[in-house]
Amino acid sequence: MNDPVPGTPSSQGVAQGRAPGVNRSHRGSVLTYLTGLGFAIVLTLASFWAADTSLVWRPGIPVLLAALAIGQMGVHVVFFFHISSGPDDTNNFLALAFGIFVVGLVVFGSMLIMANLDVHTMPLDKLMQMQR
Amino acid sequence: MSVTDAFTRPGAAKDEVPYSERGPASIESVAGFGFWLFLLSDVVMFSALFAAYAVLANHTAGGPDGARLFDKGYVLLETACLLFSSFTCGLCALAIEKRSAAATYLWAAVTFALGAAFIGLEISEFVRMIGEGASPTRSAFLSAFFTLVGTHGLHVSLGLVWLVAMMAQVATLGFLPIVVRRLLCFTLFWHALDIVWIGVFTIVYLGAHA
Repeated sequence: MNDPVPGTPSSQGVAQGRAPGVNRSHRGSVLTYLTGLGFAIVLTLASFWAADTSLVWRPGIPVLLAALAIGQMGVHVVFFFHISSGPDDTNNFLALAFGIFVVGLVVFGSMLIMANLDVHTMPLDKLMQMQR
Repeated sequence: MSVTDAFTRPGAAKDEVPYSERGPASIESVAGFGFWLFLLSDVVMFSALFAAYAVLANHTAGGPDGARLFDKGYVLLETACLLFSSFTCGLCALAIEKRSAAATYLWAAVTFALGAAFIGLEISEFVRMIGEGASPTRSAFLSAFFTLVGTHGLHVSLGLVWLVAMMAQVATLGFLPIVVRRLLCFTLFWHALDIVWIGVFTIVYLGAHA
């Protein structure tokens, strides 16, 4: 390994933590991106195939699509962002985990609340009749 | 076992400086981490738009629904443009690490062309939909659709402007540390837009067919 030049990405991570997106090892970096691209292409094509296949039980297709999408997001995070769960990445990884937590709260919380209101709110015309 | 050993992470070399004695992180790490937090907050904003779309997707008010409006082949083409631009953006990042101006310009130009192709495809899709009477004012579903996909398109467009600005900085300032930091932030921004697009094509376009 060459001596890191001050100010270059290779000198990062020597102090505390590591910037996201910076390669850990500088060997085989093109290979990293190519691997990521390969996985992403396979998962994308699988998603488009799964959307209207008859090989999978129909109500299970949204679950399959969600699994493929989450897998592809994982591929992007690992191979394009170079985020790992290693000790240099603690800050980046914790921030990511918190981000996923908030996204889950917002999306599933909104859907749950709105579905609940949809079921339990009286239709407007019935409400008007009761007030009369 | 000395006190110092206890604070050194497991598996580290004996002469490695423990975290508590390393001082503040490098400005590259701080800038990268700060931008990473911005990106995560941007994703949280998108999650609110996704939630709105998920709630309103079936509220078509008698208008056209997703299965009728969306063309899968067209969306696959858009997805391919954005995915390959993310890959060439990664190659651009490697060229920046090697401080190779020619390779940086080349991969930035390919990234720009693919990103511009994506935006062109998206705009012509919007124009076609509005021509068919599926404008944002037609139904709650279409309002949510144009807000979510339009916000993503706006991000990509701003990314293209940023990319041009960065190439101008490389041309005039060269690979100064501050320019390299900005370039790193740009590549992170571009990869993040591709991750958001995975959610868009899965939930909006494929979800309408499933």
